[in-house]
Amino acid sequence: MLEHALKGTKKYWAWIFSLSVVIVVGVYFYLKQFHFGLGITGLSRDVSWGFYIAQLTFLVGVAASGVMVVLPYYMHDYKQFGKLTILGEFLAIAAVAMCILFVFVDIGQPIRLMNIILYPSPSSILFWDTVVLSGYMLINIVISHVVLDSERKSIPPPKWIKPVIILSIPWAISIHTVTAFLYAGLAARPFWMTAILAPRFLASAFSSGPALLLVLVFVIKKFTSFDPGKEAVQKLALIITYAMAANIFFILMEFFTAFYSSIPEHIHHFQYLYFGLDGHTTLVPWMWASAILGVTALILLFIPKIRKNENYLFIICVAIFVSIWIDKGLGMVVTGFIPNPLGDVVDYWPTIPEAIISLSIWAIGFFLITVFYKIALSVRKEVMT
Amino acid sequence: MYDSGKIIIGIIIFIALFTFPTWYLFTSGEAAPMPDLVYPENEDQKECVYSAEYMRASHMDLLNEWRDIVVREGKRTFTTTAGKKFEMSMTNTCLGCHSNKAQFCDQCHNYLEVNPYCWDCHVDPSQLENQ
Amino acid sequence: MDVTRRKLLKLAGLGALGLTAGKYAKVFANDAFTETTLSEIGTGKRWAMVVDVRKCLVKEDCRECINACHITHNVPNIGNTKDEIKWIWKEDFENVFSDQENHYLKENLKDKRIPIFCNHCDNPPCVRVCPTQATWKREEDGIVMMDWHRCIGCRYCIVACPYGSRSFNWQDPRPFIDNINSEFPTRSKGVVEKCTFCEKRLAEGKQPACVEACKEKALVFGNLNDQNSEVRKLLKENFSLRRKPGLGTEPEIYYLV
Repeated sequence: MLEHALKGTKKYWAWIFSLSVVIVVGVYFYLKQFHFGLGITGLSRDVSWGFYIAQLTFLVGVAASGVMVVLPYYMHDYKQFGKLTILGEFLAIAAVAMCILFVFVDIGQPIRLMNIILYPSPSSILFWDTVVLSGYMLINIVISHVVLDSERKSIPPPKWIKPVIILSIPWAISIHTVTAFLYAGLAARPFWMTAILAPRFLASAFSSGPALLLVLVFVIKKFTSFDPGKEAVQKLALIITYAMAANIFFILMEFFTAFYSSIPEHIHHFQYLYFGLDGHTTLVPWMWASAILGVTALILLFIPKIRKNENYLFIICVAIFVSIWIDKGLGMVVTGFIPNPLGDVVDYWPTIPEAIISLSIWAIGFFLITVFYKIALSVRKEVMT
Repeated sequence: MYDSGKIIIGIIIFIALFTFPTWYLFTSGEAAPMPDLVYPENEDQKECVYSAEYMRASHMDLLNEWRDIVVREGKRTFTTTAGKKFEMSMTNTCLGCHSNKAQFCDQCHNYLEVNPYCWDCHVDPSQLENQ
Repeated sequence: MDVTRRKLLKLAGLGALGLTAGKYAKVFANDAFTETTLSEIGTGKRWAMVVDVRKCLVKEDCRECINACHITHNVPNIGNTKDEIKWIWKEDFENVFSDQENHYLKENLKDKRIPIFCNHCDNPPCVRVCPTQATWKREEDGIVMMDWHRCIGCRYCIVACPYGSRSFNWQDPRPFIDNINSEFPTRSKGVVEKCTFCEKRLAEGKQPACVEACKEKALVFGNLNDQNSEVRKLLKENFSLRRKPGLGTEPEIYYLV
C-alpha cells in the first residue's frame, strides 16, 4: 500500500519537501539541545514544564477526538461518516506519534527513556500515560490497516475487527482522562487540582480535534476529488458546536469556584492568565485572543445559515483550533507554575530553538498525515475505477 | 518478487558499506596498538575483589551491582570470598589501588571504543590534583 | 509474494513484542521482591530536623549551612535564577509559611529569611509521581532518596513537590563548581537533585554537613522514633511549625519560632 505515497503531483512533492526541510532544521536544533541540555529552552527551576508538555497535552486531545467520527459510525451505524472514519483514525495515529516525540524531546536523559518500561511504577500517572498512549497507537494502527486493506480488496473487513474498534472508543476517552490526571492529582499545583480538568480536557478535545479534521477535509477537497458529503460535514460541525459550548461552560465554572471562594492561591493563577499578576502580563493578550476567538466562533456556529456555509465553517474551525491551542498548548501548563510554591511570579516564554524543535515535530505530524491520507485516498480511488 | 534485480544490488551495496571497517583492516594489515596497562605496584594492592579474569570480563557488571546496592539499599561494605572487606566505591576503592585511571581504565576503553558515562559524575581524584 | 513478505514482517513484529513482554513480567516480579526486602530490614529510625529560627536569625546574613552543604555535595553555583541548583537556601518567612497569612506578624519574623530544604516527607508526592522509582522513601529511616543513575529527567517530581525543593540540571554542572570534592559525585545534565539529609555522612556516623556547620546550633538533627532524642525533646518543649501541613505530606523538618 505504501507505494501510493510515492506517486504524486508536483504540488504533493513540493509540500513533502518543505515539511522535510522543517524537520531537518528541527533535528539540527534537537542535536544542539541533546548536547547542551534542556537549558537551551526557556524552562527554568520554577517553570519546569512548558511548551513541549503543553503540545503533548493538546495533541492527546486531537488523538482522542478520532472517537467523534468512529463512535457515530460504528455504535450508531451513522453511515454518513463512512468516508471520515479512516481519516479520523489516521489523524489519531499522527497525533499520538507527535505526543511521543514531544515527551522524548522534553526528557533530560532521553537515552534512559526505556527506564519507564524497565522499572514500571504503577503509582505514577506518567507510567499509565505511556501505557494508554502506546496502546491507543497500536489499536489505531491495527484498525486502519485492516479496514483499509479490506477496502482495497473490496471485501468486508474481518469480523474480529469490530470488537477492537469498539474497544478503541473507551480507550480514546482514557488517554485524555489519564493525561488530565497527570495534572489533576497534584496538591502542589492548585490551578490544576480540579475534578473538572478531565471533562474540560475532553470537551476541548472534542471541539478542537474535529475542527482540525474539518480543516484537513476542506483542504483535501480543494486539491482532490474527495468529498465526504455535505451531511457528514454538517454533523461534525454540530459536534464541534456542542463540545465547544461545554468547554466554555466548564471554563466559566472554574472562574466561579476560584473567584467566589476567594482563596488567594486559586485566584492568582486566573489573575495571571487574564489580568496579569505582580505586573507580569505575558499571557494576557493571548488568553483574551483565545476567549474572543472561542466565544465568537461558538456564537457563529449556533447560527444555522453561517454554519451551513462551508466557507464560513472553514474559518470558524480555524478559529476554534487556534482558540483551544492557545488555551491548552500555551496557557494551561505554564500557569500551573505561576506563581511558584513560594509565591514568586516567574515568567516563561519558549526560546527560538525550543519553538523550532516543536515546529518540526508538528511538521513530522503533518508529514505522517499527508502520507496516510494520500494512501487512504489513492486506495479508494483505485477501488472506484 | 518484483524488482528483484534492484533489491539484490541494494543489498550487496549495503553489505559492502556495512562491513567496510572489517575488510579495510584486513587488507591494510594495520591494527590499532594493543593497550598497555599499568597495574598497582604495592604488595598489599596485588589482590583485587575478584580474580583478574573475572574483573577483566565483568567489572562493569560488578560496578552496576555495587551502584544499586549502595544507592538503593544503603549498604556499603563488600566482603570478598577470602573474607576481606572493601567499601563499595569506585572512586575510593577501585581508584584507590588503580590510581592511574588514564593508564588503566582509559587505555582499554579507548581501544574498544566504549564511553562509560561513570566519569560524567564521578571524579578521578588524581586528575583533580593535577589541576 | 507481496502477501508473504508482509506476513513475515508482522510475524517478526509479534515476536519482538513477545520477547519484550517476557522480560517485562520478569522485571515486574523482581521489583516487587526488592520492595518487600527493603521494608523488612527496617531498623525503625525516622530522621528529622528541627530548625530553631530564633537562633538562626541571630546572624541574619549567615550562609554557613548553605556553603557547607554545597561544598560537600558539589552543588554548582550557576549564577542565574533560571538554571540555579540549590539544596539549602533562604526565603522570606512569609513565603515559606504562606498558609500562616498574618498582617501583624511578630516583628522579629517580618521580612526575615529562614533556611529551607527538602522536607523528607513521610508521604512524599514526588515519590508517588516518579515513573522510574528514581526517587523513593527509604523505609529504614525515612530519607527521600535520589538515584541519579536512573533518573530520566522528566521533572514530574519537581512539578509535584509543594515546597519547590527540587532542582534540575539544565546543563552540565561541572564548569560551575569551583572546588570539586572528589568524595562525592557531581551530577550529569538532565537529572533532578535535592537534599539527601547527608545520607552518606550518616552512614559514616557523622551529622549532616549543615548541622555541623551551624555555629549557632540552630539546626538539630535526630531520630524521631527515639523518645530521648534531642529533636523529640525540643518538639516536646516548644511550639513548632511545619510547611503546608494541610496537604498531608507530613514534612519532617520542624521550625521553632
